[in-house]
Amino acid sequence: MIHFVLLISQQGKVRLAKWYSPYSQKERSKVIRELGGTILSRGPKLCKFVEWRGYKVVYRRYAGLYFCMCINHEDNELETLDIIHHFVVILDRYFGNVCELDLIFNFHKAYYILDEILIAGELQESNKKTIERLIDAQDLLVETAKEEANLISKLIAQATN
Amino acid sequence: MILTKARIRKSCDFGIVEMNLKSKSEVSVQESLLQLDLVELSRSFKTDPIMNPFSSGTRLRDMIRAIRSCKTAAEERAVVRKECAAIRAAISENDQDYSHRNLAKLMFIHMLGYPTHFGQMECLKLIASPGFPEKRIGYLGLMLLLDERQEVLMLVTNSIKQDLNHTNQYIAGLALCALGNICSAEMARDLAPEVERLLQFRDPNIRKKAALCSIRIIKKVPDLAENFVNPAAALLKEKHHGVLLTGVLLCTDLCKVSKEALEYFRKKCTDGLVKVLRDVVNSPYAPEYDVSGIADPFLHIRLLRLLCVLGQGAADVSDTMNDILAQVATKTESNKNAGNAILYECVATIMSIEDNGGLRVLAVNILGKFLSSRDNNIRYVALNMLMKAIALDSQAVQRHRTTLLECVKDSDASIRKRALDLVYLLVNESNVKSLTKELIDYLEVSDSEFKGDLTAKICPIVEKFSPEKIWYIDQMLKVLSVAGNYVKDEVWHALIVVITNASNLHGYTVRSLYRAVQTAGEQETLVRVAVWCIGEYGEMLVNNAGMLDGEDSITVTESEAVDVVETAIIRHLDLPTRAMCLIALLKLSSRFSSCSQRISNIVLHYKGSLVLELQQRAIEFNSIIEKHHNIRSVLVERMPALDEATYSSRRAGSVPAAVSTSQGAPLNLPNGVAKHTSSPLVDLLDLTSDDVTAPSSSGGDFLQDLLGVDPSLDLSHPGTNQTQKSSNDVLLDLLSIGTPPAQSSSSMPDMLSPSQDNKNSLDVLDTLTSPPAPSVQASSPVGSSMMDLLDGFGASSSVPVAENNGPTLPSIVAENNGLTLPSIVAFESSSLRVTFNFTKQPENPQTALIEAQFINKSPNIYSNFTFQAAVPKFLQLHLDPASSDTLSANGNGLITQKLRLTNSLHGKKSLVMRIRISYKMNDRDILEEGQINNFPRDL
Repeated sequence: MIHFVLLISQQGKVRLAKWYSPYSQKERSKVIRELGGTILSRGPKLCKFVEWRGYKVVYRRYAGLYFCMCINHEDNELETLDIIHHFVVILDRYFGNVCELDLIFNFHKAYYILDEILIAGELQESNKKTIERLIDAQDLLVETAKEEANLISKLIAQATN
Repeated sequence: MILTKARIRKSCDFGIVEMNLKSKSEVSVQESLLQLDLVELSRSFKTDPIMNPFSSGTRLRDMIRAIRSCKTAAEERAVVRKECAAIRAAISENDQDYSHRNLAKLMFIHMLGYPTHFGQMECLKLIASPGFPEKRIGYLGLMLLLDERQEVLMLVTNSIKQDLNHTNQYIAGLALCALGNICSAEMARDLAPEVERLLQFRDPNIRKKAALCSIRIIKKVPDLAENFVNPAAALLKEKHHGVLLTGVLLCTDLCKVSKEALEYFRKKCTDGLVKVLRDVVNSPYAPEYDVSGIADPFLHIRLLRLLCVLGQGAADVSDTMNDILAQVATKTESNKNAGNAILYECVATIMSIEDNGGLRVLAVNILGKFLSSRDNNIRYVALNMLMKAIALDSQAVQRHRTTLLECVKDSDASIRKRALDLVYLLVNESNVKSLTKELIDYLEVSDSEFKGDLTAKICPIVEKFSPEKIWYIDQMLKVLSVAGNYVKDEVWHALIVVITNASNLHGYTVRSLYRAVQTAGEQETLVRVAVWCIGEYGEMLVNNAGMLDGEDSITVTESEAVDVVETAIIRHLDLPTRAMCLIALLKLSSRFSSCSQRISNIVLHYKGSLVLELQQRAIEFNSIIEKHHNIRSVLVERMPALDEATYSSRRAGSVPAAVSTSQGAPLNLPNGVAKHTSSPLVDLLDLTSDDVTAPSSSGGDFLQDLLGVDPSLDLSHPGTNQTQKSSNDVLLDLLSIGTPPAQSSSSMPDMLSPSQDNKNSLDVLDTLTSPPAPSVQASSPVGSSMMDLLDGFGASSSVPVAENNGPTLPSIVAENNGLTLPSIVAFESSSLRVTFNFTKQPENPQTALIEAQFINKSPNIYSNFTFQAAVPKFLQLHLDPASSDTLSANGNGLITQKLRLTNSLHGKKSLVMRIRISYKMNDRDILEEGQINNFPRDL
C-alpha cells in the first residue's frame, strides 16, 4: 500500500501531496521536511529507495521534480518505480510535454489524474488510455456545465434587457 | 520531459487566462510579466486596502503567481493572509458563484502548509450541490483538507451515500474515490452495502473503484470481509485489466483479514488465477498496457502476490502454481526495470510458498544475478530478498559473502544498511573472525553517520560469537578506539564485566587501554573504560604484571598513569566520565604512594565544582585521602569480579520484583531494635544527610557505589538492586555488586555490611580507631558508630543540639579513645552552676556514669539542697545519694552526686534530661528547673 505521494521540487517546495494514511497537519509538514532533506541530498547514482521510519520511500526524479511514494516494507519497490513512471507518462500525455509550471498552475488537474490512478493507496488502472479517456470525459462534463451556465446567464441578460 | 518549457495552455475551468508563451527564450518574458503583475497587484492592494469580498478577489492563477513571486516568507504570508481573509469573507457572505474557485485557492494554500480548516464546510456544501463541476472540486477539497479523524467527515456520509447511487457514473466514481481515500470505520459500516452493490455495476470503471474502496472498508472494519468474498471472487473472472487488477488486490486483502476467505479462494480460485497469469504472461504486445516491452507488469505482480498468499502454508496449492512460477522466473526479460520487478515478486513468491527445491535454486540464482547487477536499485532489492532467503538456505547466501561485504562499503546508505543487516545474519562461529576484521577495518574509514549503525552491529557480533576473552577484549578495544563515541552504554558496561572476570588478562587489558587512550583520547567510552581499568589495575600497568607471551612490555611511571586520568577529567565534561575519573584517582591514591599528594590536589580542585555530585565526592574523597590512611587501602581495594549472568539478565531487561525495600521496611537487627534498613549505610556514606535517606534515589552515591554495598542488597534481597533508577545508573551498574557479598572474594563488602556479621564490622572500626572503642562492640548497629567516626559535618540524627554540628572527625575520634568524655555545663543560672563529668565502661556502651557537681554562685548558703532528674522512657536513671545537702556560698564548696544513665536506644537517640533543683536560701524555698540536651552525642 502506498501511504502517501509527494511531489517535491528541487527547491524543496511541495507541488503535490496526497495522503492515504492519516497524518495530522503537523506530521505532514514534518514528513515533508524530513524526506525533502534526505531525498534531495542523495546523489543521482544511488538507489532510489530510502528507508524511513520503518517504511520505504521510493522516489524518482524528473527534471527538477522528485516524485516520492511511501510504501510498506514488504512491498515491491521496483514496481513502485513503475507506478511513478506510469503517473508521469499519463501527466505527460494529458498536459502534452508536462513541466513543473503545468503542475503548479493546474495542480487540481494533477490531483484528478492521480485519483484515477490510485485509490486507497492502491493502483487502480494500468491502462493509460482508459485513464486519459476518463479524465477527458469528466473535463468535458465540466465544460458543458460551464457553457450551460454561460448560456443561461446570457439568456437572463437578454431577457432582462 | 522538459519542465522549463512553457507552452500555450488552454484555459481551465476557473476562467484562468491563457499564457501565450512558446519557447524557452520567452520564459524570461514571462518572468518579467509576472513582476509587472506583482507591481499592479500590490498597487491595487495599496489603493484599495479593504478588498471588496464581492469582487471575490483574484483569480486562482493570479493568486498562484502572486505567491510565486514573493521574495521572502513574510511576503508570502502576507499574500496568503489577504487571500484567506477574502475567502473567509466570501464564505460568511455565502457567495455561491465563486465558492469553487475559493476552494481551489484554499487547496493551494493548504499545500503550502497554512491552516485551512475554515474551508472544510465549503467542501461539504459543494459536494451537496447538484452539478458535477462543484462536486468534483468539493470531493477533491474533502480529500485534501480533511482526513478520517475529523468529526466534520461524518456530516458528509449522507451526501456520499446519495452520490454512490447517482445515475451519473462519474459522480458515483467521485464518491467512491473519496470514500476509498478517507473513509473512517463508521462511514465504512454505513456505506458498505452501497459499495458492495457497485462491485456489480455495469461500467467496469466503477467496479474497479468499488473494489479498491472495499479494500479500505475491510481494512477499517474486518468484520465486513465475509460480505465481500463472493463479489470479489466474481471479479477474478473479468477480462478488463483494471477490474482484474483491483479484484486481485481485493482478494489478497481479504485473505489477510479473514481465514475463511483465504480457504475459499484457495479452493475456488487457484486454478483460475494460474490460468489468468499464464494468459497475461503469454499475452501479445498491447500498447496501452506496455511498460518497457512487458504487457501490464502491474497485473503480473498482483497476481503473483495473491498466489504467494494462497500458496503459503498449503502444499497442494503451491504445487499447482509451480509450473507458471518456473515459467515467469525463466522467461521474463531482466534488462528493464519492469521485468526485474516481476522477477523480484516471483522470487518473493517462490520463497514464501511451500518448498520446491528446484524453484528455490532458481530463485537464489536470480538473486545472485541481481546482486551482481550494476544498477543500485536491483542490488538493493536483492539484498532485501536475501534476508528472506537466509532463513531457507543460509549456505546459498553464504556463497555471496564477499559480495555482501563489498555492499557494506558501498557509497549508498540504503544499500550499506541492507547489506550490514544481512552480514549480521550471516555471522557464525566459523567466520566471525574474518568478518569482524573486515567490518572493523571498514569502521575506520566509514562515514561518521554510518559508524553508529556499524558499531551497533559489530558489538553484538563480537559479544555473541567471541571464541575467547582475549579476542573479545581486543576487538572491543579496536571498536572503542575507532568509534568509541558511537558505542552504547551497555556495550562498554559489558566489556568491563568481561574484563573483571578475565583475571589473567587484567594486566594485558590495562596496558592495551593505556596505549589506545594515548592515540584515541577523544573517544569517550574508550576513556571511561581506560580510566576504570587504570583505577582498578593501575599497578599492573606500572609494573608490567601478568605479561602474556608475545606482549610488548611498556614502561609507564605512576605519574604517567595519573596523567591519563587527569587528562580525561579535564578533557571530558560529562558527569559519568568525570565521576569515574574521581573514583579512579581515589583508588590510585592508595596504589601509587608517590602520587598521593598530586592526586589529592586534583581531587581538591573539584571541591569547587558546580556539579553537586562531583563537589560532594571530591570533598569526601579528599577527606579519605588526607585523613584516613588506615582504611584507605581497604576501602579502595580492587572490585570483585562482576557476575556476568546477573549483568546479562539485567541487560535483558528482567527487573526483579523486589524493588527498593531499602526504605520503610523495618528490619530487626541483632540488638532487637527495629531500624530502617537503609539507615546504617546511609549514615555511613552520605556524610551530610540525616538519618532517613533513600540511598538509591540520590542520583548516584558514588561512595556507596565505590564501597560496592547496597543496603537493600545485603540486608534483604541479594541481587535485586537493579531497579535503582538513578541518573548515574552507569556508575551504579559498574561499581555496585550484583551478587551477595558471600560470593565475592573481596573482604571489603563483608567488612562494611552491617547485617552479615557484626564482628566483621569491628575490624573496620579497629582500623578506624586505635585503640578500638570497645564500647561500640556491643550490639549497637554499626552504622551509627561509623557515622560518628566518619562524619565530618555533623548532625546526623534527631539530636536537637546545634553545638554538636562543629566537631571535626579527629576530635571525636580522640574523645572516644580516651573513654572519658569532656565535661559539660549542664545547667547554669545566676545563682547556680551544674557540671556533668562523664565516664563510660567500654564493655557497656549504653551506660554512662555521670558525676554531677553543683556550685553555688551566690553569697548565700543553700540548705536542704535536692537534685531531681527525669528522663524519657528509653533511658534508665539511677541516682546515688548526694555528698551533702548544704552548699557553701561563693563557690567555696561543692556537692557531688553520681548518676547512672542507661540508654536503651544507644546510637539512635541521644540523651536528654530534665532537672529540678530545690534548696533553701535565707529561709526561702527556691526552685530551679531546666533541660539538658547538650550531652555529648555518642554518650
